Amino acid sequence: MKALLLGVTRSLMRAPSPQRGEGWGEGVPTERPEPPHPALSPLGRGRRKHLAAAVFIISTLLVRGTLAADIPLDQRRSDSDFVSADTRAMQNDDTANPAMLAVLDGETLWNTKAGETHQSCADCHGDAAKSMKGVAARYPAMVAEQDRPVDLEQRIMMSRVTDQKAAALPFESKELLALTAYIARQSRGLPVAVKDNAQAKPFIAAGRALFEQRQGQLDLSCAQCHDDNWGKKLAGNLVPQAMATGYPIYRLEWQEVGSLQRRLRNCMSGMRAEPYDFGAPELVDLEYFLMWRARGMTMESPAVRP
Amino acid sequence: MARALIHVPASAKKGDVIEIKTLISHVMETGYRVGVTGQPIPRDIIDDFVCTYNGEEVFHAKLYPAIAANPFITFFTVATESGTLAFSWTDQHGATQVQTAAITVE
Repeated sequence: MKALLLGVTRSLMRAPSPQRGEGWGEGVPTERPEPPHPALSPLGRGRRKHLAAAVFIISTLLVRGTLAADIPLDQRRSDSDFVSADTRAMQNDDTANPAMLAVLDGETLWNTKAGETHQSCADCHGDAAKSMKGVAARYPAMVAEQDRPVDLEQRIMMSRVTDQKAAALPFESKELLALTAYIARQSRGLPVAVKDNAQAKPFIAAGRALFEQRQGQLDLSCAQCHDDNWGKKLAGNLVPQAMATGYPIYRLEWQEVGSLQRRLRNCMSGMRAEPYDFGAPELVDLEYFLMWRARGMTMESPAVRP
Repeated sequence: MARALIHVPASAKKGDVIEIKTLISHVMETGYRVGVTGQPIPRDIIDDFVCTYNGEEVFHAKLYPAIAANPFITFFTVATESGTLAFSWTDQHGATQVQTAAITVE
């Protein structure tokens, strides 16, 4: 039944839809050589179908070569290369980049006393331009308090709750995003330098597994778009390589600043998959893998995206 | 008070055409959207922007719900004399925010 439903979904997707116009079905491969699970293979469709499938697989492999391979290090490009020149100009001009409003809010929060201890971030960390330089480029990272990595937002929250003894800020709250944007801004221009030591490797591997895992009703993986088909078009937009060097970002579609987790959840809904909750370990693993994948690339936070 | 970012060149030659950039933090809620429970989100926009140069109006804009959040307005003027550029944004409720920038003209 599942296989049948899947077949129906796929044939619907392949049919050119007059409403969506061209491009939707073309940019994203809806057929992949190997079904991820035996239950999803086209059982019971007869031998001819199997033969056709085999021919399709072989021809696809011949045409496309190896699939889902990592992008070679020297071919990696910033996601800014895939946006319009206007958007790029907006990002690189501090007086035009709307995320700078959040950065300024973050600077105010950095110097605001909070919590039972009545201390500000600056009381311990001093000038963020010095103490927070390069910090965002090293997150997600393992923390001593947990045997798991945390991302920058979670790290800020840990400090806020355990050190300042202040009330937790909800994920995607204006304040948390502002602090994150302010701290991330201090790493602009520096290379991404997340750790990939033995302690972190299992989490990066888990992130990669999720990146390559087909999911949702569209049965897509992140890798199918961002490893195999970057530079092609999905609807009107170029598919970027998903190098997460500019977070938190100001997304014009959102008309506000948002985190990498929000963006990941966005993509998951797009694949018709159920997104993980904010703060879920799976999302942090995925963030870790994405930053590792962008290792050595230049931080652009806060970036502007369409 | 909303946060605003203004860019005015600190100095210019008399007669120079100078570019002025302004960005202000505002939701610019259209009034056409509904919240998660279906209730309408009330309209809340900035509807007027004025720039004066030593008291003389040099730029005036009317804003409508189709303007995106955090309006970014950029325009040009001629540097005539040293003094102050004042920027004022007024929202639909009549609240006005004024910010100023100084310029030296040689």
